[in-house]
Amino acid sequence: MTKKYNSSYPDDHGRFGDFGGRYVPETLMPLVLELEQVWKKAKTDPAFIEQMDGYLKDYVGRPSAIYHAERLSEHFGGAKIWFKRDELNHTGAHKINNCLGQVLLAKRMGKTRVIAETGAGQHGVATATVAARFGLECVVFMGATDIERQKPNVFRMKLLGAKIVPVTSGTGTLKDAMNEALRDWVTNVDDTFYVIGTAAGPHPYPEMVRDLQSVIGREAREQILQREGRLPDACVACIGGGSNAIGLFYPFLDDKQVRLIGVEAAGKGLQTTKHAASLSGGKPGILHGNRTYLLQDDDGQIADAHSISAGLDYPGIGPEHSYLHDIGRVEYLSATDQEALDSFQLCTRLEGIIPALEPAHALARVGDLAKELGNNGLIVMNMCGRGDKDVFAVAGHLGIEI
Amino acid sequence: MSINRISNAFAKRTANNQSTFIAYMMAGDPDLAISRELLLGLPDAGADIVELGMPFSDPVAEGLTIQQAAQRSLLADTKMAGVLSLAKDFRKAHPDTPLILMGYANPVHHMGWQVFAKAAAKAGVDGMIIVDLPPEESDPFAKALTENDIALIRLIAPTTVGERLPKVLSGVSGFVYYVSVTGVTGDAVPDATEVANAVQNIKLHTDLPVAVGFGVRTPQTAQIIANCTDGVVVGSAIVATMHKTGVKAAFELVKKLADATHCKT
Ligand SMILES: Cc1ncc(COP(=O)(O)O)c(C=O)c1O
Repeated sequence: MTKKYNSSYPDDHGRFGDFGGRYVPETLMPLVLELEQVWKKAKTDPAFIEQMDGYLKDYVGRPSAIYHAERLSEHFGGAKIWFKRDELNHTGAHKINNCLGQVLLAKRMGKTRVIAETGAGQHGVATATVAARFGLECVVFMGATDIERQKPNVFRMKLLGAKIVPVTSGTGTLKDAMNEALRDWVTNVDDTFYVIGTAAGPHPYPEMVRDLQSVIGREAREQILQREGRLPDACVACIGGGSNAIGLFYPFLDDKQVRLIGVEAAGKGLQTTKHAASLSGGKPGILHGNRTYLLQDDDGQIADAHSISAGLDYPGIGPEHSYLHDIGRVEYLSATDQEALDSFQLCTRLEGIIPALEPAHALARVGDLAKELGNNGLIVMNMCGRGDKDVFAVAGHLGIEI
Repeated sequence: MSINRISNAFAKRTANNQSTFIAYMMAGDPDLAISRELLLGLPDAGADIVELGMPFSDPVAEGLTIQQAAQRSLLADTKMAGVLSLAKDFRKAHPDTPLILMGYANPVHHMGWQVFAKAAAKAGVDGMIIVDLPPEESDPFAKALTENDIALIRLIAPTTVGERLPKVLSGVSGFVYYVSVTGVTGDAVPDATEVANAVQNIKLHTDLPVAVGFGVRTPQTAQIIANCTDGVVVGSAIVATMHKTGVKAAFELVKKLADATHCKT
């Protein structure tokens, strides 16, 4: 029997092949090791699972629907397109699946304060929401550039009682927010839990975030089997750090006939330096606690990423994706700012669903794929967030004043 | 030769019942030429050991002062090759003063652990501190350093307790660097009693000298910390003075810090 992928990774060192690990300052190491133990116990503890399931159902609104995007399918002409509708979750994105788990874990560890980094603001909002629900102090680090382009989310976080710390170092985007969150964590290691928003960071974060987001793929697999009587030909998701993508893909990894496709942000084009496609344009390196593909210069300095979407504007990617890329199990494509803008409008007009700019990247590749697979094809795309947060930014790009 | 240089520097001070003064600066801040002037003058200003920071774009353990120094250095287009050329010049001018490089994993990993270790040895580097390379991840680099007779200096934090302490200390050479606060560089002022207890505890597990850094900014603090340890590291205060007032002022500060450190009460 061949070894199943699922449950084989990460190994005891937190590695997915050559990727992952725990590259953090010594001050954080004991805590990171403790967290690994706590997570190992919690994930198989019936009481924890029951608690998670309860909040996922009543508070988040799971299971999220699976929806046949009929008019888009018709428009592209070819495969049948289904959306996994994680944009219908409480707070409007998949991020809350992960925050709920991590905040419950923080409570278990007796922490009284949670911190988070955020790009698009969705992870910040989700963390602030769950922190409000469980009465924990919450501090969110957000790049100054992102504060400007995601204003509605900034105000939401404030309403929820979170403190927003603007980060001006670097380009004032997600990477810089993560640096600042790590600095806070090093300083307040005793009482603080760092709620990382994507499937990256030191072990056990990539594993923990994947496990918490896998609810997306488990539901989708069951739903598509029920609705179509078979597995899809392809699953498609956008990639910032890779949490919604790994959440959708993970339960399908051992279904060899299902193509898995991640879509990175190509910004102004992969031939320029203004993109955020770490797999297509990066090299393995070490940042934010893990070894993974990174955008960097010839001297190992981290390059600035660029994407129209604040949630994808990150020069790295979760280590499991680096591994899945190298073994060829997942295909990684990209979509430009312009393609995302076009898909954003197309989806809004044809389906009456305003997607976040992040999944609009995934949608841009779904069109080509639908044609390629033809009429008998089946595609599941992760509609991982709604676009309410993006309407001001999109108006700006379209040159419309609102 | 390299590791001996470090041991000798500590031994010389210890023989006089003094603490060793370690000065940190950022390579390439504000550019290679000016930082060379500072680097080459540090031993005469009183530094027993010099720690040369390698600039990195995302230094997660640094406070604002050293972050900005790294940023200035990168803006001036400092490369790893430039850092190593500074080391070479230092070694030529100061055959006996230990030189330690301190930085982050990615630029070193990018060159390759082996390639870097060899180049550093050739440039006359005696020790390496890589902030985000804990013992769990350091095997390949540790091996490369050992082969090139360069000390792997590890950080011990206030959170390094229990069974972990001897584990982190195993395989350390040169000296032990105790991080006096849970925090980033240049932030809080260390608590002398806590530091004294921590250093004593570390000494139960190693014969190596213990130096203390993070948060020491003034001669007063340096002297207090010197009383309970083998070495005192000062970084942010030197970097800030250099930036605000220039090389001469930095030398004056180093002299005061060194005198205070050497004057055990
Ligand atoms: C709606 C949405 N999708 C995707 C992402 C990208 O993150 P990830 O790749 O971890 O899913 C974000 C991040 O902010 C987001 O808000």
